[in-house]
Amino acid sequence: MNANTDFRICPESGLKIHRPAEALIKANAVLAVVFLLVGGVLGLLVGLTRWPEVHLLPADAFYKVLTGHGINVLIFWIIFFEVAVLHFASAVLLNSRMATPKLGWASTGLMLVGALLNNYAVLVKGNSSVMMTSYVPLPADTLFYVGLILFAVGALIHCFIFLGTLVIARGERTYEGSLPLVSFGALVACIIAIFTIASGAVILIPTLAWNLGLISHVDPGVYRLIWWAFGHSSQQINVATHVSIWYLTAALLFGAKPLSEKVSRFAFFLYIAVLQIASAHHLLVDPGLSAEWKIFNTSYAMYLAVMASMVHGLTVPGSIEAAQRAHGLNSGFFEWLRKAPWGNPVFSAMFLSLVGFGVLGGITGVVMGTEQINLVIHNTMYVPGHFHGTVVVGTTLAFMGITYWLVPVLFRRDLILKGVARWQPYVFAAGMSGVALFLMGAGTLGVPRRHWDILFSSAGAGNGYEFSAAALTLMSLNGLSAVLAALGGAMYIGVVVGSILFGRKLAENEKVGTLMVRAAPPAEKYHNIGMGTITIPGTMVLVGVFFVAFALYYFINWKFLAETWGLS
Amino acid sequence: MTSISPPSDKHWWKEPIEKAELIWIAIVVVWGIILTLMMPFWHVYGKQNLSSEAYKTTPEVYMKKVQAGVDQYTVRTDNGKPVVKPPVGSDVYMLGRLWEWWPVLELQVGQSYRLHLASMDWQHGWSLQPANLNVQVLPGYDMVMTVTPNKVGEYSIVCNEYCGIGHHMMLGKIHVVE
Repeated sequence: MNANTDFRICPESGLKIHRPAEALIKANAVLAVVFLLVGGVLGLLVGLTRWPEVHLLPADAFYKVLTGHGINVLIFWIIFFEVAVLHFASAVLLNSRMATPKLGWASTGLMLVGALLNNYAVLVKGNSSVMMTSYVPLPADTLFYVGLILFAVGALIHCFIFLGTLVIARGERTYEGSLPLVSFGALVACIIAIFTIASGAVILIPTLAWNLGLISHVDPGVYRLIWWAFGHSSQQINVATHVSIWYLTAALLFGAKPLSEKVSRFAFFLYIAVLQIASAHHLLVDPGLSAEWKIFNTSYAMYLAVMASMVHGLTVPGSIEAAQRAHGLNSGFFEWLRKAPWGNPVFSAMFLSLVGFGVLGGITGVVMGTEQINLVIHNTMYVPGHFHGTVVVGTTLAFMGITYWLVPVLFRRDLILKGVARWQPYVFAAGMSGVALFLMGAGTLGVPRRHWDILFSSAGAGNGYEFSAAALTLMSLNGLSAVLAALGGAMYIGVVVGSILFGRKLAENEKVGTLMVRAAPPAEKYHNIGMGTITIPGTMVLVGVFFVAFALYYFINWKFLAETWGLS
Repeated sequence: MTSISPPSDKHWWKEPIEKAELIWIAIVVVWGIILTLMMPFWHVYGKQNLSSEAYKTTPEVYMKKVQAGVDQYTVRTDNGKPVVKPPVGSDVYMLGRLWEWWPVLELQVGQSYRLHLASMDWQHGWSLQPANLNVQVLPGYDMVMTVTPNKVGEYSIVCNEYCGIGHHMMLGKIHVVE
């Protein structure tokens, strides 16, 4: 059969699925889960070593494991999954064939080789404990940089294949009018990814040349500026992708449509508009940068990206509320939310991701990205606490949730252990929220990040510093939470891998038992819902509570700052 | 029509915006302006603002300056490290290297000093505890900030940027006295 016309019809959604695209999506999703397993085990070891009473690993192993943990979960798991999402949001959602599937396989192969080389340098050769940031002039093995560059090249080619698919879908008129919102969000993620990977090349290629002795020096200040143009912007790929998945989940499970296309799309667009300047978040206490430069850049030119995320924070649950109300759950403020499918892991993971990203990741990101407040936060445990809120409770949990949908729909396997799947998002979210909160608490009390020995037992008598009992207790609680989160991660991998290998095969036209796709309510139903002229009163209450918490916590941190040494 | 299908109205940019969205956007925009203005406000009225003064340097040049301060103002030793008590208001030099902050300083509470920091080798994180003041220290950059200790006591400096296998043993000290 001609690969270009090799389609099947999805019995759940009626979407036309291009089989070569489907195979590639599945391969990338499976690779993602493999690297989540590797990175997750390493993360558990980090948590157990940071637990003062346990202190599991020796120092050299800890720094290796910490480097491997960051790279495997933050880069390999997330980006393999994002490649799958990109092709899903283009070929599948647009009922189109994908561009050049063979090149897609080659790119995925390149990414895999890169990921393996990098892991070999970090974990096997063991001479590349440079953390994910690999700040010069701290040296790593040549293969460390080569691996990252190969991985990035593969990801970059995938971005262009995605754009090619959009061109094909437009040219072959597989859809009418504008791109669906979810595909638009994926396009935003793709544009950010291209810019991000270009920044990565600009700094990693000279660093490789320095490593090989071809150039004598890479300026550490310049390295930080450009590396973070890559490192921070790549987090905006994650945000654009997981926000797209929130909208996707709302559309699938509730038949939700955007409250207004214009607002949701403009909010996505703002991520691109200010994407490059957030490198400054990481340079607020670096030498020599002017206050004007820091203020403009760290605030994304007046918090435009923050505004964008806060808008999605209303429009995503708002679109669910409106759809639920139009489906008849229209009484009171919260009937729509109370009667949401909390036992369906696709929904619970998505909603916990939304709340966790906003409250744990979003608020704290603004606080620590404030020029002066960064003085009492930079490089403390607060930083990993914050990003476990954004990329783990936010991005990772969103990806986990949509996997429970993809397994029956793309892999055509019934989920095994449905009871475990039902509880998994709650266990993982509880554990990881604990990690985020307790690390941020310890960071507020000064505990350093990337540090093997916060008891300073190795520093010799009289040399160490004694952190407060509260700080040490928080680190113990973090250890407990890491164990709980690891359990949640293991439940996810067990259910997903088990289902793909051993789940009952679904027949060609068989629909899955649980409610996975719901039609949109008729359009006119949107006119008589909500209270008065407000269609989404419940969501308004939720964002109101969020806003009060945000403002209080923000000003509390100014007070913490005011208590330290004077500085000018 | 849902979020995974093309907008039902081809001219979706002309659709009216939901009232709830408009209210929230207004709140969010005002909040963004407040968040932005807080930073220049603190530059005027706050007491903790990092200066942008910094100079390119080399380990050799910077070491000479540190050594000059040690030769001139050492008052005693503490665990084998010189304790430097510089004049109030003067330029004070401290370096970070594998794996210590050197030398120990003795400063007077409520007085200001121009503190210089630079690394001799890799990147380090200067983390003053329990004041919890943290700055990044780079090789090749001499960073100058005016510090004013606000409480008497013994402060430790932890390294909070990973700098190799001895990173967790990298410590320093500042005594703040009356």
